[in-house]
Amino acid sequence: MRAIEAFEPPPPSKVNYINAQYGLKSWLLTKDHKRIALLYLGSITFFFFIGGLYALMIRLELLTPQGDLLQSTTYNKVFTQHGIIMIFFFLIPSIPATLGNFLVPMMIGAKDLAFPRVNLLSWYIYMLGGVITIYALLAGGVDTGWTFYTPFSTTFSNSYVVATGLGIFVNGFSSILTGLNFIVTIHTMRAPGMTWFRLPLFIWSHYATSLIMILGTPVVAITILLLAFERVARVGIFDPALGGDPILFQHLFWFYSHPAVYIMVLPSMGVVSELIANFSRKNIFGYKFVAFSSLAIAVFGFLVWGHHLFVTSQSVYAGMIFSFLSFAVAIPSAIKVFNWTATLFKSSISYDTPMLYALGFIGLFTIGGMTGLFLASLATDVHLSDTYFVVAHFHYIMVGGALMGYLGGLHYWWPKISGRMYPEGWGRFAALVIFVGFNLTFLPQFVAGYLGMPRRYHAYPPEFQVFNVLSTAGASILGFGMLIPAIYLVWSMRYGKHAEANPWHLPGLEWRTQSPPPTENFEHTPIVDWEAYEFAPPEEMEVVGRFRRELETA
Amino acid sequence: MIESPAATEHIQAHPALQHHFENMEQQREAGTLGMWVFLVTEIMFFGGMFLAYTLYRSKFPADFASASNHLDITLGAVNTGVLILSSFTMATAVWSTQVGKRQTQILCLVLTLLLGLTFLGIKAVEYYDKYEDALVPGQLIPGRPFGPEVAQEGDHDRHKLHLLPGATVEHVQMFYWIYFAMTGMHALHMVIGAGLITFLIIFSVKGRYDPEYHSPVEVIGLYWHFVDIIWIFLFPLLYLLGRHFEH
Ligand code: HEM
Ligand SMILES: [Cu+2]
Repeated sequence: MRAIEAFEPPPPSKVNYINAQYGLKSWLLTKDHKRIALLYLGSITFFFFIGGLYALMIRLELLTPQGDLLQSTTYNKVFTQHGIIMIFFFLIPSIPATLGNFLVPMMIGAKDLAFPRVNLLSWYIYMLGGVITIYALLAGGVDTGWTFYTPFSTTFSNSYVVATGLGIFVNGFSSILTGLNFIVTIHTMRAPGMTWFRLPLFIWSHYATSLIMILGTPVVAITILLLAFERVARVGIFDPALGGDPILFQHLFWFYSHPAVYIMVLPSMGVVSELIANFSRKNIFGYKFVAFSSLAIAVFGFLVWGHHLFVTSQSVYAGMIFSFLSFAVAIPSAIKVFNWTATLFKSSISYDTPMLYALGFIGLFTIGGMTGLFLASLATDVHLSDTYFVVAHFHYIMVGGALMGYLGGLHYWWPKISGRMYPEGWGRFAALVIFVGFNLTFLPQFVAGYLGMPRRYHAYPPEFQVFNVLSTAGASILGFGMLIPAIYLVWSMRYGKHAEANPWHLPGLEWRTQSPPPTENFEHTPIVDWEAYEFAPPEEMEVVGRFRRELETA
Repeated sequence: MIESPAATEHIQAHPALQHHFENMEQQREAGTLGMWVFLVTEIMFFGGMFLAYTLYRSKFPADFASASNHLDITLGAVNTGVLILSSFTMATAVWSTQVGKRQTQILCLVLTLLLGLTFLGIKAVEYYDKYEDALVPGQLIPGRPFGPEVAQEGDHDRHKLHLLPGATVEHVQMFYWIYFAMTGMHALHMVIGAGLITFLIIFSVKGRYDPEYHSPVEVIGLYWHFVDIIWIFLFPLLYLLGRHFEH
C-alpha cells in the first residue's frame, strides 16, 4: 500500500503555484490558469454534490410504485433540478474548466492561457450563474424538465422559469469565454516546435469542444432570452395562439443541446486518448484519425439535432435526413473506439486507477453510443422516445462516459495538480465500485424503458418495480463509490506521498516540469523536438532514465 | 505561431507586453483572433433571431409587409448612412494609430462616437413613434399593451396600421417583436461599443497607443464594423423587403 509511504519525510519543498502566494485574496484575484482550475474544481464539486442529492431523492421515490415519498409536483422539480445542475453546472464545465484549464497551456508549452483575466472572469460568471440558479431553486424551484419545452414553460408552469433561465443564460457566457480562450491559446501560444500534429490528443479534443462552445452556446443564450420574454410579456414568438410556433423552441434548444452532449463527451475522449496511449506505453494508433474525428464530431454534431424531434410535427423527410445524419455522426465516435482498441493490442498495459476508468469509458461509451443508434432510427424511436430507455442511453454516455473520463483524468493528473500521490489501492477499489454501481443503476433502465416505462413520472405500474429496486440499489453503490475518491483525494492533499515531476514516466510536456508546477509552468520556454507519445521501443525501455536526465539538465 | 527559436528572443520588451506572451507580435495576434472568435459567437447569437425572422416571414408574408410599411423608411435610411460613415471614421482611426498620427486618431475616434450616438438618438425617436402607436408587442411596456388602431379603407392616417389583404394584427405583432428584439439587441451592442470607444479616446489622449502597440484600437474597430454589418442586414430585411406589396 502506498498509503504507508505517506509518512516518509518530504523532499525539500520548492516554490510552486500553490504556495507562491498566500491568502484568500491571492486566490480570488489570481490570473494563474492553474489556480483558476482549482477554483473551478471546488465549485463544480459543490454543484455535483447538490445534483447528487436530487438524484438520491429521485431514486428513493422510485423505489416503490406508488408516489409516496414526493408529491408529483415536487418530483417534477426534483428531476428538473437534477438535470439542470448536473448538465449546466457540472458536466459542461467539468473537464474543460478544470483539467483543460490546468493542462492546455502546460501541454503546449505556454505560460498561461492567452487571456488570463478573461479566464478569471469566466469563473466569476459561472459563480454568478450558479448563485442565480440556486436562488431560483430555493425560492421555489422549477418544474419544466431541463429542456424547458414551450408552451408549458412559457404559459402553464407555476415555477421559477425565468430566474432559472437567467442563471443558465449567465452561465453560458463562462462556457463561451473558456472556449474562446482555448481556441486563441492553441492557435497562438504553442511553444517552438509544437506543431499541430505534435499536439497531445487532449488538445485536439479541447479544440473541438471549444468550437462547439463558441458556436452553440450563443444560440441557447438567445433561445432562453426569447423564452423569458415570451413568459413575461406574451410577445407571441412561441405561442400558437398568436401565430408563434412552439416547435421553433425545440429546434433552437436542440441546435445547442445536441452539440452540447459532445461538449460533455469530447473532452472525456481526449482524456481517454491520453490514458490509453500512456498506460499502454505505445504511440496512439492512427493519431490523425483520432485528432480529426474530434473535429468531425464537432461539425457533424451540429447537423443532427432533429433526432430529438422525431415525435413532433417535424416533417417525415426532415426526420429521415436527421436519422441518416445521426448514423453518420456515430462513425467518428466509432473510429476513436477502434483506434483505442488497436492501441491496446499487444501493448504493455498497466492497470493503474486512471487506466481502469479509461477502459470503463470505452465499454460504457460504446453501449451508450450504440443505443443512440436505436433512438436515431425513426421507427424504434417512436416506441422508445420518452421512456427510461432514453434515460439509460444518455446516462451511459454522460456518466459512464464523461464522468468516468473526468475521474480518470483527475487521478492521472492529480500528482501534477496537487503534488501528491493518491492511494493507488483505494483508487482501484473505488473505480471498481463505481463501475459496478453504475451498471446496476442503468442497465435495468434499458429494460424498463424498452418494456414501456415512461420517464418523468413519480409513480409507475407495479410490474416495473423490480427494475427500479435494482436501479436504486445500484445508485446506492454508485453514490458510495463516489464518496471514496472524494475522501482520499482530500486526504492525499495533506498526507499523500510527494509526487515526483514525472511519476508515470511519460514524454508529455506537462511532465517535464516539477509537481506542482511553478506559476510560470516552465523555467524556460520549452523547445519541442519530439513527436506526441514518442515512447522508446519496448526492447530499450530506458525511458525513465532518459527523462530524468532531461529534467536535470533543464 | 512562432516556429523558430530566434523569434522567442526578447527584443526590448514594450511596456504593454503582458508577461505570458513572448513578444508584441504574439500578443497582437492573440488579441485579434480573440475578437474574431468573439464575433463568430455574436453571429450565432443574432443567428437565432434571423432564423425566427425567416420562419415567420415566410409564414406570414402579407402581415410582415403591412408591418414593415409602417416603419419610417427615411429615418432608417439616414441611420444606415450614419453607421456607414462611422465605420469609415473608425477605419481611419485604426489606420492613423498604425502610422502614428495622434491628432487624426483622436479626432476620428470622437467622430465615431458622435455618429454612434446620433444613430442611437434617431433609433430612440423611432422607438418612441412605435410606442405612441401602441406597437410595442405583448406587455413589454406595462400599462401599454400591443394594440394599434387599424385604418379603415381610404383612411390615410400614418399612425394607424394599414393591413394588407389577409394580414392580421396578431401576426403584425410577431413582426414587431422580431423588430424590437433585433434592433434592440443591436442598439445594446451600439451602447457597449460607444462605451468602448470612450475608453479608447481617454487612453488615446493619454498617449497609450503607438504604431507598435495599437491592438485595442484595432480590436474594438473590428467590433464596431461588426455591429455596423448587423445593421446592414437588418435595414433591408426589416424596412425594405415586401414594401412593393403596397399598391
Ligand atoms: C456522444 C454523446 C451523447 C450524449 C451525451 C447523448 C445524450 C443524450 C441526451 C441527454 C438525450 C436526452 C435528451 C432528453 O432529455 O430528452 C439523448 C437523447 C437521444 N440521443 Fe443521445 N447522446 C449521445 C450520443 C448519441 C448518438 C451517437 C446518437 C445517435 C447516433 C444519439 C441519439 C439520441 C436520440 C435519437 C435521442 C432522442 C431520444 C428521444 O427522446 O426519443 N445520441 N441523448
Ligand atoms: Cu441528440
